[in-house]
This record gives sequence, C-alpha cells and structure tokens, in this order.
Amino acid sequence: MTDVAVPVTTKKDWTSDQEVRWCPGCGDYSILTAVQMLMPELGVRREDTVFISGIGCSSRFPYYMNTYGIHSIHGRAPAIATGLAVTRPELHVWVITGDGDALSIGGNHLLHALRRNVKLTILLFNNQIYGLTKGQYSPTSEEGKVTKSTPFGSLDHPYNPVSLALGAEATFVARTHDMDRKHMMETFRRAHEHRGASLVEVYQNCNVFNDGAFEEITAKDARPHMLIPLRHGEPIRFGPEGERGVVMDGGVARIVEVADAGVEALAVHDEHREDPSFAFALSRLATGPHTPTPIGVFRDVQRIDYGSQVNQQLVEATTTKGPADLAALLSSGSTWTVG
Amino acid sequence: MADTAIRAHQDLPHRVVDRVVVRFAGDSGDGMQLTGDRFTTSSALLGNDLSTLPDFPAEIRAPAGTLAGVSAFQVHISDHDILTPGDRPDVLVAMNPAALRTNIADLDPGSTVIVNTDAFEERNLHKAGYTSNPLEDGSLKGFRLYQVPMTSITMEAVKPSGTKPRDAERSKNFFALGLISFMYTRPVEPTLEWIQQRFAKAPMVAAANTLAFKAGWNFGDTAELFDSVFEVRPAHLEPGTYTNISGNTAIAWGLIAASQLSELPLFLGSYPITPASDILHELSKHKNFGVRTMQAEDEIAGIGAALGAAYGGALGVTTTSGPGIALKSETMGLAVSLELPLLILDIQRGGPSTGLPTKTEQADLLQAMYGRHGESPIPIVAPATPGDCFFVAIEAARIALRYRTPVLILSDGYLANGAEPWRVPDVASLPDIRVPFATAANHEYPDGTPAFWPYLRDPDTLARAWAVPGTPGLEHRIGGLEKADGSGAVSYAPANHDRMVHLRAAKVAGIARDIPPVVVDDPDGDSDLLLLGWGSTYGAIAAAARRARARGHRVATAHLRHLNPFPANLGDVVRRYPRILVPEMNLGQLVKLVRAEFLVDAMPLSKVSGQPFRAAEVERAVLDLLGDTGAATGTDRTDNGTVAETVEDQ
Repeated sequence: MTDVAVPVTTKKDWTSDQEVRWCPGCGDYSILTAVQMLMPELGVRREDTVFISGIGCSSRFPYYMNTYGIHSIHGRAPAIATGLAVTRPELHVWVITGDGDALSIGGNHLLHALRRNVKLTILLFNNQIYGLTKGQYSPTSEEGKVTKSTPFGSLDHPYNPVSLALGAEATFVARTHDMDRKHMMETFRRAHEHRGASLVEVYQNCNVFNDGAFEEITAKDARPHMLIPLRHGEPIRFGPEGERGVVMDGGVARIVEVADAGVEALAVHDEHREDPSFAFALSRLATGPHTPTPIGVFRDVQRIDYGSQVNQQLVEATTTKGPADLAALLSSGSTWTVG
Repeated sequence: MADTAIRAHQDLPHRVVDRVVVRFAGDSGDGMQLTGDRFTTSSALLGNDLSTLPDFPAEIRAPAGTLAGVSAFQVHISDHDILTPGDRPDVLVAMNPAALRTNIADLDPGSTVIVNTDAFEERNLHKAGYTSNPLEDGSLKGFRLYQVPMTSITMEAVKPSGTKPRDAERSKNFFALGLISFMYTRPVEPTLEWIQQRFAKAPMVAAANTLAFKAGWNFGDTAELFDSVFEVRPAHLEPGTYTNISGNTAIAWGLIAASQLSELPLFLGSYPITPASDILHELSKHKNFGVRTMQAEDEIAGIGAALGAAYGGALGVTTTSGPGIALKSETMGLAVSLELPLLILDIQRGGPSTGLPTKTEQADLLQAMYGRHGESPIPIVAPATPGDCFFVAIEAARIALRYRTPVLILSDGYLANGAEPWRVPDVASLPDIRVPFATAANHEYPDGTPAFWPYLRDPDTLARAWAVPGTPGLEHRIGGLEKADGSGAVSYAPANHDRMVHLRAAKVAGIARDIPPVVVDDPDGDSDLLLLGWGSTYGAIAAAARRARARGHRVATAHLRHLNPFPANLGDVVRRYPRILVPEMNLGQLVKLVRAEFLVDAMPLSKVSGQPFRAAEVERAVLDLLGDTGAATGTDRTDNGTVAETVEDQ
C-alpha cells in the first residue's frame, strides 16, 4: 500500500473478462452490478481487494470481479478468509456465500467468524433454495417446502440468518434485497466501512428453482407495506403513509397502527446498542418473507477486530521478549557443550 | 529425614555402567512424566546420550489406582550412541500395585524393582487385580526388589514446608526422583534450580518438592539399601552445543526456522488434538518471531485459515492427528488445485477413529498418499528421530514454497513425545528457502496487452507463479474448479483436464530430482537383506541391524525421509537386494507402495500395538529371514513370553 492517491475507477475497471454464467434473470446479476458500481466509490484499490467464496451459484461471484479472489470449497470461505484477513490486515476481504453454503455446510465457520469479529464483509445471498444442485430445499426454506428432495414437504424448521448472526453477537448485521440497487449499495457500503465482521443478508430471487420467494415483500408496489426500513435514531414505522410502526412490548417487537399506539410509543431504532436483544427482537418480527420484514442495518457496534488483536499481540510479544533471534531460541532450553 | 542438606556418596562404591534403562510408573496423577523428564534432563546435562518413551493413558485422571490409569516414562541413558529408549527397563519404579502389574512383564529377571510400599494396601491391590500382595507372595523373586515407604517418608520430610498432609503426599514423585538420582549419581543442582523456577508462584510447593527430592536422595544414602551406586559417564558425542529436545518442540522450532529462512510470516491454524497440540502450544509462545497462531473452531477451519494465509503470502501451517487428518482432506485437495504452499503436519496416532489418542502408529501413510478424491498428489516427508523433526519441517517448507504445493509431514506420537539430545545447528548452516513472489505480468495478449496468468509454470519445477494480493496489475482469481493450463480461467475442456492432471502429477514427481538419494548403510556392500524403513522406526531398525551384524549377518539398512516422491535411486537400491524387509507400525503400507512401484518382493514386518518397535523384535524378524534360529541378542520374548537372554542394546 502506498501513499499515492487511489486512482479513479469505474464499474468497468472492477469487471473481469469472464463471461457471467448465472441463469438469465437471476437475482445474482443485480447484486453483482451493485457491488461493481459501489467499488469505485469506496476509495480502495483493486489489488487490495479480495473476494472469497464457497460453493453454490452465489460463489461464482469472485470470477466476475477484477480483483484478487478465491472460489473455494463448500462452506469454508469464512475460514479461508479469516487466515487471509489476520495475516494481511490492510486488505479488504469480502466473503460471498449463500444460504446453503453459509448456514448449512459452513454454519460453524460463519458463527466463529462473526463471534471473533474478523474484519470481513460477508454478503449472504439468501434465495431459500439450493440452485446449483438443481432445487433441493435449503436451511432457510420455509417448512413444508416441496422440492425434489422433499416431495412430501420439508420438515426442517428454517434459520433466520439475521437472528443467527445476532445470536453470535455479530457487530454488524443488515438485510437488503436484490430488487433495490440503491439500498444494496448503501448497505454494502456500510458493511465495508465497518471495522470487524459484517454480515449482510441479501434476499435474492432464484427465478429457476424458487421464483418469487420474496415477491410478497420486494415487489415494487408491495415494498411500502411489507418492508420496514430501519433508520438509526428514527422511530420505526412503515406503510405508504407511515401509518404502521413497531413497539417494544416486554422485549418483544410488535407491529401496531400508529394511530392507535401514538408516535411516541414507537421504538426508536438504535444500531449501536451493545446488547443485541433489541436488534434480535426486530429480527423476529417476520419469520418468512410473507409479513412485514425489517430491512437495513440491525446492528452496528464497535468491538476491536480479531486480526488487530492478533497483530497487537505480535507487537507486544516483541516488546516483552525482544526481536526474533533464531539462534537464541534453539539454545533456549538447558544446554551442554561437548568437545 | 528432615535433614535438608544433600549428602555425598562417599560411603558407597561407584560402579561404572555403560547404559541403563529406567522406567518410572505410577498413577496418571502421580507426576511420572515430570519425574522422567527431570531425570532425562539431568542426564542430558551430564552429557549422556539418551532416548525416551513416555507412555500415558488418554484419560487425564483415570480412576486412581487402576490399571487403566497407569502412566509411565522410560528413559535410556548411556555413555555411547544409542538409538532406542531400550527394549526392557533395568530399573522399574512402581508407585502403586497397578504400576507394578502393568510393567513387571517387561523386565528381565535380575532387574531392579523399587516400589512405594505405602501404596500396596488392600484397596489398591484389589484395584490392580492382585489376589495376594506381590511384595509378600514371592512372585517378585528373581528381581532385585527395594521396598520403600515413599508416601510416609515424603509426608514426614515435607512437614517443615507447612504443606497440608493431603498436598504433602503429592511430592512423592520428587522423593522417587531423588532416590533414583542418588542411585545413578545424577547432578542435583539443576533439578533443585528447576523446582524453584517451575514452582516460583507456589513457594510452599517448591519447598515441599525440594524437601521430598532431598529426602529421596538422602534415603538412598542412609537406608543402606544399596551396596553401590552407578555412574553412566558422558557419551562421546560430536562436538557442539546440545539440548534435549522432543519431536513436537523440534518440529515447532523447525517451522519457526523455516519462517525465518523463507522470510515469510508463519501462520498456524490448528484445532487441539492429541498428540499434536504441543506444537500449537509451543508456537503460541513465540509471537515475537511474527508467528500468528489461531486455535480454530475445527480441523477444517484450521487448514482453511492456513490456506487463506498462504494465499496472502504467509507460510501457512496446520497441525493435527488421527481423525483430524481425515477432516482436512477436502481442503488439502483445494490446496492441490490452487497450487499454493501449505504444510500439513500429521502427528500420527493409533486408529481408526478416535483409536489410541496417546499411542503411536504409522498407519496414515496411504491416506497421505491417496486419501483425497481425484488425482491429488501431495509430497510427503517423515522425520526419523525427535531431533530430525526440526530439519524435516524446514525441508517440507522448502518443497512447499519452491513447488507451490501442500506438503504432508508424517510424524507420530513416539517422535512427538520422545526426546533425545540434539546438537543445536548453526543457524548459518540452514538452507536459504526464499522464493520470489510474482511482481509483473507474465503474458501478453496478441494485441500487446500485458496480462498475469496464474497458471503459467516454471519450466524446471512446473511451479506456477505466486502473486499475492496487494500486487498491482496481477489481480487474478483461482479456485477449486479445473483451470485452463496457463490462464487459470475455469475450463471443463476434456483435453485441458487431462493435461492439468498430468501436470500436477509431473510437478510432484519432479521433486525427486531435487531431493538427496536415499543413503544405504551396507557395511558389506552386497548384504543378504535390506531393512527399509521410514519415520520413527529408524532407531529400532538401526539397532537391530547392528545386532544382526554383530552376529555375523550381512544386513543393510535404508531409511526414507521422502515418501512422495521417492528418492530417485530407490528403485536401484531395492532391486539390488535379494530380500527386503519393511518394518512399519501398520499392516504394511510402505511395503505396498514399494512393491507396486518397483515390482520387488519386499516383505512387511508389522506392529500395531500402539508401542514402538523394540530393536529385539526387528532383530528377531531379521534372524528368522536369514535362517538364524538362535535367540536374539536382546531379549526376544513376547510381552507374555518366557525367553530371557542378556540385554545388550546398542
């Protein structure tokens, strides 16, 4: 990294020469566009940017970014990215993953990346289906989902990724959706600026195997009624006229008519609360994309990131133990001399 | 006994012996590992050659007094070059009946047995499965039996320290150490100093252990048990500075050295597992060397993080054992595909599954060779002795960096915990293993545009270019999908996959040109038998060969450090001998590879008891093959056998 100013770039500079191979109409295209349009605005260099993914449709993403990148193995991207972020703290490391990759086979790594607060920007494309294996239910699929592997309906209770991340005390948790580029870009920008692990759940439409999964809440005319925008410091309300809102009732978030409850009764959103319970309560407002669902930043708190701590220990150890001296190390046990 | 001065041995004659094997055995809570370790260190400081064999249960505190809870530490000290921890103990210290029962069968008649009589009461005898007291029923006739009430003397001796009776009893291992130190005229001061340092934060414990140690020493002097004391004089070792080192410490230091020599920061991703955890512990102490250690959430994350670090230009390492190596398989495959340097350390233990966590085995060789899906070649190196672990770590790093490949190191539980005197190498003599990162475009499109192709290869090594993030202009994507030869773009083209599979195989095979030929030790030049080994069987094989030669047999040995690829001359070597015997702590894995590769009639010698080979066991097999029906030089009875011969280990 040099002191020379970051060169001005355009979306084109961040676009690789690889042909994009998602199905026509896939929600992944709009997410890719949002990221490629955002990158020139972030003031970072291409060479300092790394995209690491696992396996699944979403995980092809790094091939399309003209940056450094690894398309790794199923579920392991957060672990691989952790090793890179810890040894190269100056890099901007993004993790691209999906609901199967992050929450099923790689669930463990996601949790630990979040609780350690590794400086990673994790975009979780949630389409509630396994696309690349041609349509099995995923850990975010609704109960009773009929798929190739569940002809009589799925039995598993689904995860709520935002609740899960908050349960792991993630320091930055947000949700956005593939139908709103502006909202995606703003949310991704916030996630990038966060110093620590940031998780963004992106509702993403799989038009082949799970078409319309989010339509009830993300269709243009549905949004005012069904999306609850979270804005720090503002009362949480939604509806075309802001006629509905959210109150906290004994720690539980509840939707009310503002006319009934009164504006002053509405919960004021606070991203920065140390205690994740408030954000968690908000995450429980909707159990699936069928009822009014909060979007935006649920939680954004400061906690020193893992890599900084690791590197701080190296500095401290050098202060207390002195600089590296291999010859001294090899003779640090009890020694004796022969001859 | 409260006398706190250390007395001299003036009243007893000194008998000089060339070697002795002592085994300390007690409950796993009795501190036998610590006791053995201290005895070893004071012998090392005296200049003896030595070799150790710790043997402990997987349970941290198995029920006290039971057979399952017995923990033992064997040390072989000598005034000459030795190769093994000794086949059979000359002296057994048994802290309770269970320790006596589980170990007595390993002793030859005439050996010395020192027991803590206080522990031989009804309850403990019952727990050990004795129906009568072996101290009284004559079953120990034939041994030199010394009965010492260690617990009660210790409790009396440590009273001045103010220790509570319940805690006082715990110093009895230091009493035993003091007694054996007296018997074998070990230096006292290093142990006393060590007690002060080790227990600096608990002065009362330090005082109690000091008193117990001195009491043990003085008991030897005043109780008139012994008619003489023993001296084992310094060995004639190569001149230099020596330290006593275990395999795990040596391998950790080797990794640090490799980091320094390659000028790459070391990153260890590791999940705790016996017997590999001590490498994580050791490396964690040395952060001033720029060593980053991460205790990962699981085995997979450990290797994943190491691979991520390698992508960023670090020396990425992961350590594991047993089932852990199975969990890492998928990521090793990714590393093969990414062609990034990565070190995977497998400190082998008994398997399958959880198997024998604290016991040794060499049964992961075929998994290391073939345990991944697809054609997925990985170079394999294996240390022969604890001290060799240091050099093997550097060699593995050299190969990994030069060829951009994951490398497996196969150590094992015996090397990991065993120790030997190690001549501290001159840092200036260690190899330069630096490799350059790519810094510029390496390809040009027809229109003249420069490009970086991550899978363009060095024509000699077939290593691909290694460009790390942060390098402007070399941005590229790599992944587990098959890549086009050269450009590295995703390619499913049939001919390309065929080419890439062959390229990856040729790259690893080509390392044979870059490793030393296997050295054959064949005093006769045309011996009747070749003993071919790898890894920790080195000592037992070499000792067995010495013994067989002493009987007039013509026996050659060769020991493999590189198992994949094999040294280039191995085919010539194995075809030269009419008989080849391959001792391994598995059911015959190297022997399969050798037979398959060279079409020779190599024969296996297997041992899978969780214990290393005894030299006598290898010698017996050699004699059988050569038609020598005489008894082996060492005792060659089985564990419950009967034959007893003179013990003359080399």
